[in-house]
Amino acid sequence: MSSPINTERVTTFPNAILESTRFEMARDPSVILMGLGITDHIGILGTTKGLVDEFGPDRVIETPLSEDSVTGVAVGAAMAGLRPIHIHIRMDFLMLCMNQLVNMAAKAHYMYGGTVRVPMVVRAVIGKSWGQGAQHSQGLHALFMHVPGIKVVAPSNAHDAKGCLAAAVRDNNPVLFVEHRLLYRTESAVPSADYCVAAGRARVCRRGSDVTLVGVSVMLLECLRAAELLEDAGISAEVIDPIWLAPLDSATIVESAGRTGRLVVVDTGWTSCGAAAEIVARTVETARSDRAIRVRRMGYAAATCPPTPVLEDLYYPNSARIAEAAYALVRPEGPVWRAAADKAEMAYAQEFRGPF
Amino acid sequence: MYQATEDPAIIERIYRSLRVIRRVEEEIARLYPSDKIKSPVHLSIGQESVAVGVCDPLNGDDFASGTYRGHATYLAKGGDLNAMMAELFGKSTGCAGGKAGSMHLIDIQNGVLGASAVVGTTIPVSVGFALAFKREGKGRVVACFFGDGATEEGVFAESLNFAALHRLPVLFVCENNGYAIHAPLSARWATDRLRERVATYGIPTHFVPDSDTFVLRDVVEETLPELRSGRGPVFVECLTYRWREHVGPSEDYDGGYRTRPEAEPWLRCDPVEVAGARLEAGTRTRIDADVEDAIAAAIGFAEQSPDPDPSELLADVFAD
Repeated sequence: MSSPINTERVTTFPNAILESTRFEMARDPSVILMGLGITDHIGILGTTKGLVDEFGPDRVIETPLSEDSVTGVAVGAAMAGLRPIHIHIRMDFLMLCMNQLVNMAAKAHYMYGGTVRVPMVVRAVIGKSWGQGAQHSQGLHALFMHVPGIKVVAPSNAHDAKGCLAAAVRDNNPVLFVEHRLLYRTESAVPSADYCVAAGRARVCRRGSDVTLVGVSVMLLECLRAAELLEDAGISAEVIDPIWLAPLDSATIVESAGRTGRLVVVDTGWTSCGAAAEIVARTVETARSDRAIRVRRMGYAAATCPPTPVLEDLYYPNSARIAEAAYALVRPEGPVWRAAADKAEMAYAQEFRGPF
Repeated sequence: MYQATEDPAIIERIYRSLRVIRRVEEEIARLYPSDKIKSPVHLSIGQESVAVGVCDPLNGDDFASGTYRGHATYLAKGGDLNAMMAELFGKSTGCAGGKAGSMHLIDIQNGVLGASAVVGTTIPVSVGFALAFKREGKGRVVACFFGDGATEEGVFAESLNFAALHRLPVLFVCENNGYAIHAPLSARWATDRLRERVATYGIPTHFVPDSDTFVLRDVVEETLPELRSGRGPVFVECLTYRWREHVGPSEDYDGGYRTRPEAEPWLRCDPVEVAGARLEAGTRTRIDADVEDAIAAAIGFAEQSPDPDPSELLADVFAD
């Protein structure tokens, strides 16, 4: 796996996706794109812009609003030897694709005795703010983590977006590629050369000794800021980016949590039966039994996302709340600690710039 | 006036295919109480002509997708009989090593692209195969079989539109047996103008009201050049009748949802008998004997094959 450290060029998350897509399409003529809006002037927030001119409408296929059928077409095309990337401007639309993804894409290789493969990528963007509300903001990746046969990846930065997309396209299985809209503003060091960020490997982004923070997708940025807040309060936080949620690199998280004895997992999704619940459960199941690990899941409030800003601010975890939760795990007997109010602003509002 | 083929080779081939399917399923029904077959079975007895009529003119490298009532499609397209029987027995030598059962038969080598137990699911998957075939440019086609119930699924309309929009080489075959499980068309369709619905997508439609094997075969054969040349999908509706119960080996005319008199006209034009009557007696006897030998061998193969190794439980969850 390439490291984002010590590279020179910096680019944005959508540029990294565009670059990776273009490279994979040039490298492998079996790669095709499908989706609504992939050939227009916006090009899925820039991630597909210009590709139809470069590769033609037979490989960059504008689709009708037929998510169920188009997903099935992608499954069939993949079984027949193509490598489709099906793109959804909002993850919420995946609910229209569930039959094909769960009953066919995930199962075909197993159900057909290994005689077919389904190498397809489903790109899905999670929205937030500006009134995205109930049906444009959901982080539904845990639904897919539940199903054997689908891989799930949620890169938190442009470097990993490029490398994970390359890995996903070359994978011989269906891969759900989760993109958080807020990450589209971020930049990080991205090598111009081709590379993969391999499935099933987490990254320790910051070393620490008192508590382990695991942040999924955009919540990784909040965890990194929370670690800074905790440092001011005299607490050393280790921060881990799982990158791939399925397969999940449990070993890296178990090693860290076993050492710190405290684990906070922050998801961009609900906590009930969610990614955070799964990561916590796997960690405590497999950690050494001689030291109990104190755990905390964080994620969306157990409600439908409200668009009004006052309620929406309460709906999402932020760095201050993460830091406060971690502090309480480290010093359960101590007085309640509050991060400064001005630090509660979400990391995206701080114009995050990588590399880490 | 339609003239059925007089080509003896075609008549023999069609009869053999019909006879194999009928006798395989009768044997499945006979074996069923023994509990050797560890899978729910949806028998196509009575409906064999649809699969045989459509698949006979296809090439070996064309593909067909079936439904959970898919034994006929699998066998008519050339799926391996031994591998099918072993699959029903849950053996390691089955077409999917015991992971498919009756409802997901597949034989990629012979162009059987697999079946689904969720109605309509294989329709867009077939369209996806056709998309790949169009890009490939070798003129291969996909015959996509589905029942009348599948036409009620939204994905059917979506798939018709997509296939027509992109002029994909799909032969949509509606095997209309009049019932979705036990619910009749009258409880499900606002009108029976299915072909008109399909035609609004610009798709040519055909109708074979009795699913006569030879008529259907010729309809399909005539459409294949346009399918192969990239002019887009074709739709054919075949009226047919399921003789046995929805799932399981028995008849169910006492179930209250249909009557024996309703079935009588269909029973009288048994497609196996219709084809058999066109053969010399000696030829028919010889084919029947061959078929019995092949089925006995397949059952023997299934019985003698080993069970899957326990390690298979977690094998092939992901492809390498």
